[in-house]
Amino acid sequence: MIDRIAALGRSGLELLEALGRSGMVLFHALWAWPNLRTTFPLLVKQIYAVGVLSMVIIVVSGLFIGMVLALQGYNILNRYGSEQALGQMVALTLLRELGPVVTALLFAGRAGSALTAEIGLMKTTEQLASMEMIGVDPLRRIVSPRFWAGAICMPTLALIFSSVGVLGAYAVGVLWLGVDGGSFWSNMQNSVEWGDDVLNGVIKSVVFGVVVTWIAVFQGYDTVPTSEGISRATTRTVVYASLAVLGLDFILTAVMFGEL
Amino acid sequence: MASISGNNPLSGPYSEGKELKQVCMASMTTTQHPSGAANYVEISDLTFMRGDRVIYKDVNIAIPKGKVTAIMGPSGTGKTTLLRLIGGQLKPDQGRIVVDGHNVPDLGRTELFEVRSKMGMLFQSGALFTDLSVYENVAFPLRVHTDLPEDMIRDIVLMKLQAVGLRGASHLMPSELSGGMARRAALARAIALDPELVMYDEPFAGQDPMAMGVVVQLIRLLNDALGHTSIVVSHDVQETASIADYIYVISGGEVIGQGTADEVLNSELPRVRQFMQGLPDGPVPFHFPAPSLEDDFLRGRSL
Repeated sequence: MIDRIAALGRSGLELLEALGRSGMVLFHALWAWPNLRTTFPLLVKQIYAVGVLSMVIIVVSGLFIGMVLALQGYNILNRYGSEQALGQMVALTLLRELGPVVTALLFAGRAGSALTAEIGLMKTTEQLASMEMIGVDPLRRIVSPRFWAGAICMPTLALIFSSVGVLGAYAVGVLWLGVDGGSFWSNMQNSVEWGDDVLNGVIKSVVFGVVVTWIAVFQGYDTVPTSEGISRATTRTVVYASLAVLGLDFILTAVMFGEL
Repeated sequence: MASISGNNPLSGPYSEGKELKQVCMASMTTTQHPSGAANYVEISDLTFMRGDRVIYKDVNIAIPKGKVTAIMGPSGTGKTTLLRLIGGQLKPDQGRIVVDGHNVPDLGRTELFEVRSKMGMLFQSGALFTDLSVYENVAFPLRVHTDLPEDMIRDIVLMKLQAVGLRGASHLMPSELSGGMARRAALARAIALDPELVMYDEPFAGQDPMAMGVVVQLIRLLNDALGHTSIVVSHDVQETASIADYIYVISGGEVIGQGTADEVLNSELPRVRQFMQGLPDGPVPFHFPAPSLEDDFLRGRSL
């Protein structure tokens, strides 16, 4: 019994230590905002690695999800004779929910796992240690540009996802199923509001971007420097980031749209 | 190749008939170097543990300025750990590690990186940045710590690579190098800024005899020409002894012997003698602590 209580206490202490370490990583990453002369080129490089290279999966996923939304939405709306509201339904669903959430989940799987594996491998091969011994802070040089790149790219990718999704829905709804194109776009324009819908969606995706990238860089930086350690850290990144995104989505939705 | 000679300033106190036992005391009681030379690194009463395992217990080591000091000892005694403690990558449980007047464990993050900019370290694995070419790896410290123009950086990088015999490999990526070549490239990077303190972790490992001779000479020459302070961690007794001004032999968490190369090589202390002469039997156990072989096998059989 005492042993179990002691083990529970140890786990609690380890959790608090990990939270403390992750807080320090976040603090240093935020503090080391890339400056134009030294670290801006590193940020650009990471935006390419984290953002541009994630474009394919985001665009393809957005396209198919928009198409599926249009198919499902058309079937339901058609029963009530209101298929002209298809544009409105698809746009609101994508901008408020699916855009930020699905992009964040894909981002965690594509870019988050890559960040963790890359930083973890740098730790395992003593590249971070050698950087420290050269007198360069890896949190500033390695972690910070990756963190900021993730935080910048995630909202951009979410907007691209939603835009492509709308185009996919147009292709299926208007070009294939015969919904009137004018109704599709005008309903969308009338119902979507910048503040309530677009901005709230962007805020969500910024929060998701920060959290997913924070988890990814911390897991890489804090990994046990073995091949098994990297494997576990990468898995943890995807699992923790996905759960954090879904949990935060509920909280943010409740605050933004639930009249809390 | 440089050798330890009678006019070595560190050999002075021991060349006047002092008994070797006095020289090779198991532990120093003061951080002042026996030669009286100013110390660049002073380690006093160092205790370091990994979990319940004691790596160092009340160890005192002084690294004299401008000299090549070797840290030797059997595998697993914490020689690399000692370099990491000096570099501030590990914090001791107790004791002081003073580098150029700064007590490293007490330094804040910013001050620590300032002190480290005066150090160079050759890692056992090389630890080259895998996304940069050999040229860019060597140029890295120059780019982040200086405002030198590109043509001057190029000259310095090529000079350093020439010194380690890899000027022709400057365009290669680390994945295209052999283990020995990677370590030589890392050596060029470690000395790129001509740091005040250079720490070499197993610099001779994986080198062919030709490259090993060059690296041995290079460490000595760099130390003498640029006035570095060098710490060489190595198992290679003959190579290390040939360039070291002073040697510490570490085992079981303590300094078991110290002195000039000749003194340590000819030491009569059993543990020092066993290591330096590579004797399999002696007071330094070859086996990691374990239950008796008989108990282990019998327990296995009863399961």
